[in-house]
Amino acid sequence: MKETALYQEHIRLGGKIVDFGGWALPVQFGGIIEEHLACREAAGLFDVSHMGEIMVEGPEAEAFIQYLVTNDISIASDNHVIYSPMCYPDGGVVDDLLIYKFNKEKYLLVVNASNLEKDWQWINEQEKGQVELLNLSEQISELALQGPKAQQILARLTDYGLDDLKFYTFEPEVIIAGAKALLSRTGYTGEDGFELYLDNQDAARIWRQLLEAGEADGLTPVGLGARDTLRFEVAMPLYGQEIDARITPLEAGLGSFVKADKPDYIGKEALAAIRAAGVRRKTVGFEMVGRGVARSHFPVVKEENGPEIGFVTTGSYAPSVGKNLGMALLSTEYAVPGERIYVIIRGKAVEARIIPRPFHKKNYKK
Amino acid sequence: MNIKPELKYTKDHEWLRLEGDIAFIGLADYAQEHLGDIVFVDLPQVGDGISAGEVLGVVESVKAASDVYCPVDGEIVAINEELADNPAAINEDAYAAWIAQVKITNLTQVESMLDADAYEPFCQE
Repeated sequence: MKETALYQEHIRLGGKIVDFGGWALPVQFGGIIEEHLACREAAGLFDVSHMGEIMVEGPEAEAFIQYLVTNDISIASDNHVIYSPMCYPDGGVVDDLLIYKFNKEKYLLVVNASNLEKDWQWINEQEKGQVELLNLSEQISELALQGPKAQQILARLTDYGLDDLKFYTFEPEVIIAGAKALLSRTGYTGEDGFELYLDNQDAARIWRQLLEAGEADGLTPVGLGARDTLRFEVAMPLYGQEIDARITPLEAGLGSFVKADKPDYIGKEALAAIRAAGVRRKTVGFEMVGRGVARSHFPVVKEENGPEIGFVTTGSYAPSVGKNLGMALLSTEYAVPGERIYVIIRGKAVEARIIPRPFHKKNYKK
Repeated sequence: MNIKPELKYTKDHEWLRLEGDIAFIGLADYAQEHLGDIVFVDLPQVGDGISAGEVLGVVESVKAASDVYCPVDGEIVAINEELADNPAAINEDAYAAWIAQVKITNLTQVESMLDADAYEPFCQE
């Protein structure tokens, strides 16, 4: 397994290490629920160094990325971060990514760890024009500091005016405890917070100093388990579950990131056709009415002995809601809020009810 | 990690305590620690017959589900209803939080289970 620069820190803190797509990462430290709630109520610190970073530079960088992704990056100002799906010609999703715009000729793409190799190959296969691609993933460590107390904690380690850093913007060079970092106000928890991109050599020291600076405020190291429950409660998609090569962003409820009025891009035609015809499947939220926990890929039916109408994409206990909840991809005709459905759990049809997403209110500082 | 000398165990981390011909069965401390925060316990039906090796219940943590196998033949005579409302009781004290009581028909099955010393090696990671 590959280790991040913080591996020894995780061991020291008693992190329970698992194999996450080839990376040795902590699934939890104290406990998933405790870490989840700490992040909602105070702050959490995450090692997300497994994420991939690809730099795209050159005179045609903007046009190239415009062609790769479904969202419109041309309207973003410098130092803004844009979320976008990246699709295949048929509208299935290659990956979803964050695009950091330095300027029209320089962008950093942050991609899912499990997709890095595939993305790198995919991006390189396209007609690039005057563009250089650089895979920086091995050199960069990434920390996420998330939660309502994230700013006051980070402020203790930097002179940079964090109030000036708005939601989904970044600063390429901020000095944090003497180390250079790219700092963005982004995250995957539904809370206010920051993501810090650091040289590997600085990562362990900054990790320790952040934990120390935040100790009195209740800052807790958070593993992959709570990272998943946090993003799930605010209905953020996870590649491989809500979206993948066979699920379009339109079906996943990400239509606002698929622009119709943008020059040619991969998947444009297919997605426009799907939109015109109406999506055949739709992602919904649901809560369990009967007893049981729905998990990924469990079938969903409309009547107890009826045919499948879809499947669970993510299901879990939701710590901030205190209920067993889920998201499911259903045939559009059944994707109606308030409707009763059944999830097949170990061969038994267990009642559930379609409810609106997100399950927990996002708490961003904008 | 806690192993109680007075209990019997399986290598799959079930524990059993005998009172007369009633076996109290639960999930061992090692397994609850491994699973993490337990959020749901699927309990069996009182009155059902069960054979050794069949699933007695399912314990689910935030991340994973784990089957609990019945180590003995018998009839389910009681289930721990408290676990429906408070599944985390297994995290708090795995040996107090029994899942079901089984009226056993074959005492030799209990005798052939692991004692604490024989069980301990199965708790090395």
